[in-house]
Amino acid sequence: MTKEAILGALRRGLRRGALPEDQTAMLRGRLERHPRQLIPARSRLPHAGQVDLFVANVEKEFGTVARVADGSDVPGAVADYLAAQNLPGNLVMAPHPELRDIPWSARPLLEFREGRAEGTDMVSVQHGFAAIAETGTLMLPSGPVRPTTLNVLTDTGIVVLRASRVVGAYEEAWDLLRAEIGAMPRNVMLVTGPSRSADIEQTLELGAHGPRRLHIVLIEDVA
Amino acid sequence: MHVATSSAFKENAHHALANAGLQRALARSGGSFIARRAAAVAGLPEFESLCDTARDIKNHTLAHLDFYLEEYERKVLASGGQVHWCADAAAARAVVLAICEKAGARTVTKGKSMISEELAINDHLERHGITPVETDLGEYIIQLRHELPSHIIAPAFHLNLEDWEEAFRKSHTDLPADRVFAERRDILTEARTKLRSQFLAADVGITGANFLIAETGSSVIVTNEGNGDLTQTLPKVHIVLASIEKMVPTIEDCTSLLRVLARSATGQEFSVYTTFSTGARRPGDLDGPEEYHVVLVDNGRSAMIGTEFQDMLRCIRCAACMNHCPVYGAIGGHAYGWVYPGPMGAVLTPGLIGVKEAGQLPNASTFCGKCESVCPVRIPLPKLMRHWREREFERHLTPAAMRWNLGIWGFFARRPLLYRMATRAVAVSLGWIGRKKGRFSKMPFAGGWTEARDLPAPEGDTFFARYAREQRARALT
Repeated sequence: MTKEAILGALRRGLRRGALPEDQTAMLRGRLERHPRQLIPARSRLPHAGQVDLFVANVEKEFGTVARVADGSDVPGAVADYLAAQNLPGNLVMAPHPELRDIPWSARPLLEFREGRAEGTDMVSVQHGFAAIAETGTLMLPSGPVRPTTLNVLTDTGIVVLRASRVVGAYEEAWDLLRAEIGAMPRNVMLVTGPSRSADIEQTLELGAHGPRRLHIVLIEDVA
Repeated sequence: MHVATSSAFKENAHHALANAGLQRALARSGGSFIARRAAAVAGLPEFESLCDTARDIKNHTLAHLDFYLEEYERKVLASGGQVHWCADAAAARAVVLAICEKAGARTVTKGKSMISEELAINDHLERHGITPVETDLGEYIIQLRHELPSHIIAPAFHLNLEDWEEAFRKSHTDLPADRVFAERRDILTEARTKLRSQFLAADVGITGANFLIAETGSSVIVTNEGNGDLTQTLPKVHIVLASIEKMVPTIEDCTSLLRVLARSATGQEFSVYTTFSTGARRPGDLDGPEEYHVVLVDNGRSAMIGTEFQDMLRCIRCAACMNHCPVYGAIGGHAYGWVYPGPMGAVLTPGLIGVKEAGQLPNASTFCGKCESVCPVRIPLPKLMRHWREREFERHLTPAAMRWNLGIWGFFARRPLLYRMATRAVAVSLGWIGRKKGRFSKMPFAGGWTEARDLPAPEGDTFFARYAREQRARALT
């Protein structure tokens, strides 16, 4: 068995046999507790400050943010953004209950299809699970209500996010994921800005294979 | 197959120094990584402490690697994935081919992966009638040009804009011959368009892994382009290639390593896409692969555990060492002759393909120590290179002239009085000969050294003589 041979070689190198029971129990305990390591101080702010830091970091990474007062303002913000970018109003949207609750009919020119993205879709609307102020990063876990293709396959990605879902550090977002989703979803994407490449002469160009534009509609749901 | 040319390092380096295009690319790009990393480090006061944390996490994992690998496998199986343990490159190639053939694959898309280069997966698939398509922009042109990457995070580091244009015109013959490449964006757009249909048509997607997480059985990739995500999301089979030292215990541990990875690599605070994949498509999912395979490769790593080279297994492949290396900066990556260039390559390559083949690489260092000072997991690279030099010498692989000279030096070094007399004679006479100009533009037996720079003339005495004189003077006052 290759597996046994590799483990045997590792143990010979470490000059011991398989770990004794008490040590494996200790290591398993560490896996279950998954202790936090050093967390940078920069995101240790009151919540409003974390939201501002998140927005500033998204913009620094070439993403854009529209801050709206509540869910009923989202259709207008999306329509205005698409018009300003000269983009069509055909959208593929995540089948998430919070997105369904948005009164999209207020903007009849927006045309929706719910589901995963296909190669021909130009604009996607994704539901933001959480966001990390530390670096302006979105957390997008996969699942029936949040298909992964919406994150990467379209030319323009729009993410609807509630400000109450903005946390300071990555660790806080992982805790939200563990508390609300439980076991690790099939795919968890941490997204910071639109796609880019510096492979040509080490010079940054936006719009490699993923979305050329990343736009976040931020619902200010915290008083 | 990539035949290693590491044993011809000196010759390779000569060619590299004479290659005008390469020198232009190196001159243009060399400083930018350094400046960007410095800015990112300056922006995070905790950076150095985080590097200590990163080192400790990796050390802890390596000390219990057998345990964590087994835990990891359990979690992968529990989440609907499969793990294939492979002792060497041949075994890994066979497993990848078997998965592709079982899936009836005709084309395979690939995310950027250095382990894939190490295993030479592409050649193996091609020989069996399966077309691999590299989708990272840098890897894509490397594949078009039938080259190896010259840098572990910027595969096309050695190329200039006209090389891109030439390769694209030669390969994309279905596009109008008179199309204009006015700027870099035009290259990027053409590659995006070309690869879009490949992403959608591929039967299997192969990615590497920056980390494997024991807590959850997840594999993690870090990209800026999004090609890795399209590669692993769209086809019905996802294969992850990973070597055993990619393991980390928990998501929190991985997060700590991610904080130093992008900053050390491109100088970004965080890469655009950091993606955690765990198993195959779940009930109710609308997308994602139906099969998830992890090809877990040893290929020389377990033999480094417990040796003085174990520290090298902490490496997270950020490339800071090569970005800051004066030798890499002068000759680029191809001169190193195999997959991994720069200081990390000079230490890792002899471990993976043998000191006989790659013993020249650890000699390609001035021991300036810059690589160690920027390493986010604190690998003592110069010390490890010295260990390889010792092994090379022990095994009589060092060239005769060098052994002979070292022998002469050793004879004097063991006889301090004789050593001081001899060095004093040389210092005094060279000082006298060079007393007018203060430097030598030519030296017998050192023509190679003086070709590019002058040798300063000694000031007429040795350090020891001067030290003794000043001590006497101090005693008198």
